[in-house]
Parts: sequence; structure tokens; C-alpha cells
Amino acid sequence: MLLDYTSSFDYVMALLPEVVLSCWGMVILIMGVVRKDGGGRGQETGWMAVAGLALAAVANGWLYSGVAEDGTSAMIAVDRFRLFANWIFILAAALSIVISLAYVTRQKLQAGEYYSLILFATVGMMVMASARDLMVIFLGLELMSIGVYALVGFNRRDRRSAEAGLKYFLLGAFATGFLLFGIALIYGAAGSTNIQMIASAIGAGTTANQLLVPGVALLAIGFGFKVAAVPFHMWTPDVYEGAPTPVTAFMAAAVKAAAFVAFLRVFVVALEGVYGQWWPILYWLAAITMVVGNVVALAQSNVKRMLAYSSIAHGGYLLVALVAGNDTAVASLLFYLLVYTIMTIAAFAVVVTVGGQSEGNSRIEDYAGLGWRRPVLGVFMTVFLLSLAGFPGTAGFIAKYQLLLGAAEARLWWLSVVLVLTTVVSYWYYLRVAWYMWMKEGDDTAAAIASSADPPFATHAVLVLSAGLIILGGIFPETVLDLAYGSVEGLRLLVAGASQALVP
Amino acid sequence: MTDFFASIPALYEDWVLHALLWLPVAGLFHVMAAAEDRAKHIAFSWSGTVFVLSLGLWWSFDPGGGGFAMQSSTPWIESWGVSYALGLDGISVFMVMLTTLTTPIAILGSFEYIKTRRKAFYALMLLLQTGVVGVFLATDIFLFYVFFELTLIPMYFIVGIWGGERRIYAAVKFFLYTAVGSLLMLVAILYIYFSSGSGSFSYEAFLGADLTMREQLWLFAAFALAFGIKVPIFPLHTWLPDAHVEAPTPGSVILASLLLKMGTYGFLRFLLPFFPGAAQHPTVVAVMLALGVAGIIYAAWVAAVQPDAKKLVAYTSVAHMGFVVIGVFAMTVNGLQGGLVVMISHGISTGALFLLLGMMYERRHTRRIEDFGGIGRVAPFFATAFVITALASIGLPGTSGFIGEFLALIGTFETHAVTAIIAATGVIFAAYYMLPMVQRVLFNRLDKPENRTFADLSRRECVVLGPLVALMIWIGVHPAPFLRRMEPSVQVVLERVEEARTALSPYDGAPDPDVEVALSPAGEEE
Repeated sequence: MLLDYTSSFDYVMALLPEVVLSCWGMVILIMGVVRKDGGGRGQETGWMAVAGLALAAVANGWLYSGVAEDGTSAMIAVDRFRLFANWIFILAAALSIVISLAYVTRQKLQAGEYYSLILFATVGMMVMASARDLMVIFLGLELMSIGVYALVGFNRRDRRSAEAGLKYFLLGAFATGFLLFGIALIYGAAGSTNIQMIASAIGAGTTANQLLVPGVALLAIGFGFKVAAVPFHMWTPDVYEGAPTPVTAFMAAAVKAAAFVAFLRVFVVALEGVYGQWWPILYWLAAITMVVGNVVALAQSNVKRMLAYSSIAHGGYLLVALVAGNDTAVASLLFYLLVYTIMTIAAFAVVVTVGGQSEGNSRIEDYAGLGWRRPVLGVFMTVFLLSLAGFPGTAGFIAKYQLLLGAAEARLWWLSVVLVLTTVVSYWYYLRVAWYMWMKEGDDTAAAIASSADPPFATHAVLVLSAGLIILGGIFPETVLDLAYGSVEGLRLLVAGASQALVP
Repeated sequence: MTDFFASIPALYEDWVLHALLWLPVAGLFHVMAAAEDRAKHIAFSWSGTVFVLSLGLWWSFDPGGGGFAMQSSTPWIESWGVSYALGLDGISVFMVMLTTLTTPIAILGSFEYIKTRRKAFYALMLLLQTGVVGVFLATDIFLFYVFFELTLIPMYFIVGIWGGERRIYAAVKFFLYTAVGSLLMLVAILYIYFSSGSGSFSYEAFLGADLTMREQLWLFAAFALAFGIKVPIFPLHTWLPDAHVEAPTPGSVILASLLLKMGTYGFLRFLLPFFPGAAQHPTVVAVMLALGVAGIIYAAWVAAVQPDAKKLVAYTSVAHMGFVVIGVFAMTVNGLQGGLVVMISHGISTGALFLLLGMMYERRHTRRIEDFGGIGRVAPFFATAFVITALASIGLPGTSGFIGEFLALIGTFETHAVTAIIAATGVIFAAYYMLPMVQRVLFNRLDKPENRTFADLSRRECVVLGPLVALMIWIGVHPAPFLRRMEPSVQVVLERVEEARTALSPYDGAPDPDVEVALSPAGEEE
């Protein structure tokens, strides 16, 4: 089917996954009110939300399987890059919801609001991925961020959650200001907020560089905040630690993925013409993020906080793909985000299970001897940690390897060396959890924690599924890899066409 | 019917490599599904089956022209040009057979030693076997790398869970040391991949990469670091004593017999053929030979003062590997063959020594040399095995150690006489550290009452040690079948080096400006 943007109905079709999910979010909201969830009920509401995500995934699949657009400068892209990214968000949201089911009941949260906020935030992410206009990116970003601000502070009975919510909100609003100001400057320089138009204007050399360069820098700061790149990462550990753990998982995976996808589209597509101006910025951001994220993670004795720093480090690896900017690197970004989503959320699922009622059991000592007392949790957690560390045999290795491949193709040798050396650093803190689980006996507290850490069925399913996917992806990655490679093709096509049309 | 029997060899050659590689994984699942106290028997039968299967290689492997035999290749990740490619040549055949022999012996030797969490232990041992066999069989660089790294995980857990007091420290140190090297090698692999322009990770494609001298030196450094840590070469060896001392007996056996060989195997398989120019760069050769000799002498001195018998044996590994290093970088047929024989011999004799020390530990719960004495009177069979193994380890004529070290020294003498002379003193030092230990443990006076009840070898322990002792003597007396099988492949490596020498030589080859600069002494600063 060919979408023709002169008809507004076709716009709806182009946004079908987003439309489906928005409507579904409202249904969930109403369901929460009608059923008076909150007093420890609401598993059904959660499953309903998952069903909505499945519907959105189907709609997304329909777009993926051969819906094309008429090549105009529409604000919404129907390229496979966006659609692949949508699947990542949907998967992240679904996994987060499933690991939340028991949590929401246990902490007596308002199920309707909680799940619908996740759905709305997911819609925001999808809008960000689909945007071919800086204003639409901003719209999506706000939709996502506001949902997540609320989610971070959702556990009102917990002071840390409230603190994290406020902190995230204030800093997030500040960073959004940078982004918006950057957009304004770029609009001033290029005369448009449309990504195609900006690319064409830069290609044609009709931009005002004294506006463009500061604009690019401000955009980098705004996105840098959202992807938690050093030195804009200060909020991350506190927010990740304070937020309800399933929300932390959702943020670490999906929010980061959405920010990266938009980051990539703006920089690699719209600003391709000024690559020379921005690559040094991202180069150093990537290097510093990898080093700081990994080195500071070494010092963490709280597993939740350790995973927060590890997610910063992973952000650094992904920035390498942005610097490389070639097709392999773009495909590797998609593949990495997918794998990273699965392994991060799965690792957090274990943290949720071990955390217990108070969510206090996330010190590394609480994991002592867990492997022998809860072999299932132990083995799965070990798989997730090895995958996060990028060890051969897991999908994490394939993903990291593809990143390196992209970097090598762009001849970024020093950045590759930094990447692998910081990976060695990361082995230490990932393995430390493994050695506590398997090589220490653990005291009575740890034994009590282990005996109460009984994952409910839904969490179990997530663990099994994730571990299976991670190992399968580590051994037979071909199918998904090809999908990722295939999803890059359309990314620059329209821009190339447009600039040919516009450049006299 | 006759057709069927005639087709057996071909069938065997089609399947044997895959079977050797994957049967241990099947065994792993079997162990996991079995009951706790059945685990050891199941693991032993699986690895024993693999050993019996591998025996056929001795006859069916044809050294031929020195290239790979029994090759097979299936695309694995096509978009990257990665394939599941296996092959066997005169170098790897011995390493594979050493692996298939050592693993069941290590498993059998652990029957009494490992008392807790046996299922997990034997599952990890079998996973380790797959990893090691994979390293020696892979002819695709990506596949090789995957197996190379894969061996780390089981070893990490074996040392960390069943090890001694400082097991976690030792396990993590082992893991991180090796990881630093191998990850840098990964970047180097990618560099060659893009330089070769073939879009393939196959061994042949990497051989075909056209690298300048400068590139070769950098890449050589990355590869040499990865393998050098594994070997370990002298200043990079500090992880080894820790890991050996803390590891449980079977872990030490596998570590010494097999994991160290992955490093020297890497020298022969990748380092020399990929970077023949860099490998014979005068500075590189001088450094590698110096490190090899330093390892031999230093490790011998340090070993001589160890109060802990296991630590002593651990340091002897460093010394033996020094002989391999000088043999390899002498770049003569004798040197390379000698290096290979030292690898085999060290695998057998050091493995046996660790098993013997494990038996001592099981009986007395100590490894301090001074706690023993006069064991020979109460345990004559044990003492006999111990003496033969110790003599093979120090290289007494008539044992495998002598053949290897002698060939390596001759080979080195042909090109670097002084190095060989200094290294030869290492053989004397070997006697200096090993013989007093043997004396203090087995002979002297039986003055400690606990040692009066020191039990002699049980039937199981005889089965464990018997094949190893027999091999030490067989190789020592009649090494020809071994040398004959390895020679063509060693020649291939050397021809590759020679080729590069003619191509690089400013006198009788086509002058290549880039290379000339790099080879001249001033060019080193570039």
C-alpha cells in the first residue's frame, strides 16, 4: 500500500501503531477507574495493556510489510528504521509491564494509571522514532518524558521515589529547554524544522553556520541528557535507584532507546552535511561516557545502582555507533538496542524479585549464595550479566561485535580500543554479582532473602523468554541481524531524493 | 557389506571433528538431568567416549602437505562472512588428542576431590572441553575467538567455586588478565578483516591480507599480548601461580595441560603465519627470545624457593613455556617441532604432577613440602609415578621432556647460539628445583607420624596416572611417529615465514619502499 499524504486518512494509517496504543491507553485508564484497582488488584489491567501492545505490534508489522510512502517532506516517516525501533519500544513496554504485575499488586499501586502511563510514554517514544521534523521529536519527547516523570515518582509512599521523580522532572525540564533552544537555532539557520529540509539546506550550503553550530551543540546536550551521556548523567544513578524497579527497567531500556533513535535520525540524517562539526563532540562524549560509566560502576555496592552506571556505559558504546554513522553502525545501533532492552529488563526482573517488599534488598551482599539457593534465578542472572558484559555465546557479544564492526568500518580504531578496554573494566562489576551469587555462602539475611525471592509465574516467563532469546541470539543471530540491516535501507533514501530535488 | 566397511573411514572423517566438539555439550545436558551422585560417572563416560572417538585420528589423520585435513565449512553468519569451519593439521591434531585424553583423566582424578555441587562441576568441565576442542579445531577466526573466550567462563567458575582460600581473587585475576589480551586481539582481528577486503573471517582470507610492516607490528603486538598472557610469557605470568594454587586439582590439570597451550598454539597457528614480517623483525625476535629465556631462568629460581609444592609446579609451567617461546621464535624446523613436543610433554607431565599433588592433598590436606618426607617407604607405587613424572618434567633423557627441550634448544642454537646456551642452563636449574622437592617429599626420614598411614595408589588412581606415565616414556623413547605427523605442518608455517623473508629482504627481493624503511634500524622509531 502506498501512503499519499495529501489525504489525512493516510496520515492516520501512517501513525496506526501510535493511534492504536493511544486509544488503548485510554481504555486502560477507564478500566482502572471502573474496576477501582489499586488495593492490590489489577493484574488483569496489566494483561490488557500487554494485549494493547500486541495489537500495536501487529499494526507495526503491517506497516513494516510493504507499506510505502509517497516521497514528500511529511512530518512522519514510514521507514523501516522507525518500525524496527517501534518493536523495541513495544517489547520493552511489554516486558516492563509483565515484570510489574506482581510488583504493582505488592506495593498497592493504582494499576490503571500505572499501565496507561507506560502505554502513553511508549506512544511518545514511537512518535520520536517516527518524527521527520524537530517539532514532532519535541512533541514525542515531551509525551514520553511526562509519562516517565510521573512513573518515577509513582510510589508515593516511598520518599526515595518522590525524590527521584522531582529530581528527574526538574533536570529533565531543564534539558528539554536546551533541546528546544537548539531546535530554534537550527530553524533560524536552515529555515525549516523538517529533517529533510535541513539536510537539503546544509547540502546546498545555504545555512547560517553561526546559528547552526551552536544549535547542533545544544541539541547534543539535550539528547545527551536523555541518553545519560557523561557529563549529563548526574541524574541517572539517583533516579534509577529511587524509581520503582520495573520503572527503572523501563527507563534504562526504552527511554534510552527512544532518545538514541531520535538522536541518530537528527544527527546522522539531518546534520549529515556538518558531520565534520559534530563528530568530535560525540567522539569525546562517547569516550568519556564509556570510561566514567564503567569506572564508577566499579565502586557501586548496590546492584540497582550498579545497573544504572552500567546503562550509562552502554550509552557510551551506542554513541560510538553514532560517531561511526555508517550503515553497519546504524544497523548495529538497532540490534544493540533490541538486545540491550531484553537483557537489561531481564536483569532488572531479577532485581525486582530479590528486592522484596521494601525494595531494600539490592545490596550486593543480598545476592550472596543466591545461585545455589535459587538455581533458576542464579543461572538466568548469570546469563544476563554475561550478555551485558558482551561475552561470546550471548546476544550481547554479537551486538557489541557489530558495534565494533561499524566503528572499524569508519576506522575509529582508538574509540574501538577504548570500547574493548572499558569492556574489560565492566567484566569486573558484572562478574562481581556472579561471584557473590555462586562463590560466597551468604549469611542468614541472604538466606532469608533468597527463600523469599520466589519469582511469580509472569516474571518466570520473562526470565525464560529473555534467557532463551539471548542465547539463541548469541548462537543464531542471522535472522534478526538481517532484519536490522534491512531496516537501515530507507533511512537516508528520502533525504537523498529530496536533496536532489531541491538542489538546483 | 564390504562397501559399508570401506566407507567407514570416510564417514569417520566426515563426522569426527563435529562429534569431538559437540558430544561434551550433549554430556553436559545429560549431567544436568542426572542425579547428583551419578554426575561424575556420566561425565567420565561422555568424555571417555570422546577420547575413544578421537583415537581414530591417530591413524586416519594424514599429514600430507601440511595443510588442513578433514575440513568442513558451513556459513554461520553470512552477512559478516563468518562460517562454522573446522579443520585439523599436524599442529592441532596433537592438541586435540591431548584435550580428549586429559579431560577424562582430570574428571577421573576428581572423583574423590570434588565432594560438593558435583553436577555443576562436571557440567562445567564438559563445557570447558568443548571450548578447548573448539579453539584447536576452528579454522574461522571469529569461531576461534568465540571458543577462546568461551573457555574463560567455566574455568572462572571452577576456580571460583571449588578453589582454595583465595579462590575468588585468583578466579577474577585469571579472568581479567586473559580478557584484556583477547579483547585487544578482537580489534586487531577486525583490522585484518577490513584490510584483507575479502569479507570473510576464514583462515585463508586472513593469510591473504596484505599488511605493511608498520601494520604488522601493531597487530603482532595485539595478538602477542593475547597469546602471551595465556602462555604466559614472563612478565605477564603473575595470574598463573594464583590460579594454579587456588584451583581444584582437575582445574589445575586442565589449566596447565590445555589452557596454556592455547597461547602457544596461537603463536604457531596465527602469530607467525599472519605476521611473518613482524615475527622476524630483529627487535621482535630479540624481545621474544629474551622474554622466553627470562621466563625459563626466573621461573626456575622462583620455583626453587617455594614451600608450597603446587606453587612450585605452577612456576615450572612458566619455565617450560619459555622453552616453547624460544623454540618458536628461533624459526627453525627443530625449534618449532621442539616447541610442539614441549607443549605435549608439558601437558602430560605437569598434568600428572598436579594430579599427584592432588592425591597428596586428599590424603594429608596440606601441600607444604615440609609436611611430607619418606612417603616412598609407605607408598612405593605413588613414589614411582612421582619420580618418573618429575624426571619427565625436568627433561631426563628417555622421557618426553628431554625430546622437546633438546629439539627446542638445538633449533634455537642453529640461529641464536647464545640464547640457546643461556636457556640450556634452565635445564640445570630445573633439576635444582625439582629434585630437592622429590627428595624432601618421597625420601628423607619418615619422621611425621601422619605420613605413616599415607595410602598407596588406589586402582582408580593407577588408571588415572598409567596412561600419562606410559606416554611420557613412549614419547621419550620413540618420538618419531609424533615428529613425522607434525613436520609437514611445521614446514608450512616456516615456508610462510621464509616467503615473507624473501619478499621483505632489501637485497634479493623486489624492493618495497615501505618495508625497507621499516626493516632498517632507523625505521623502528617510525
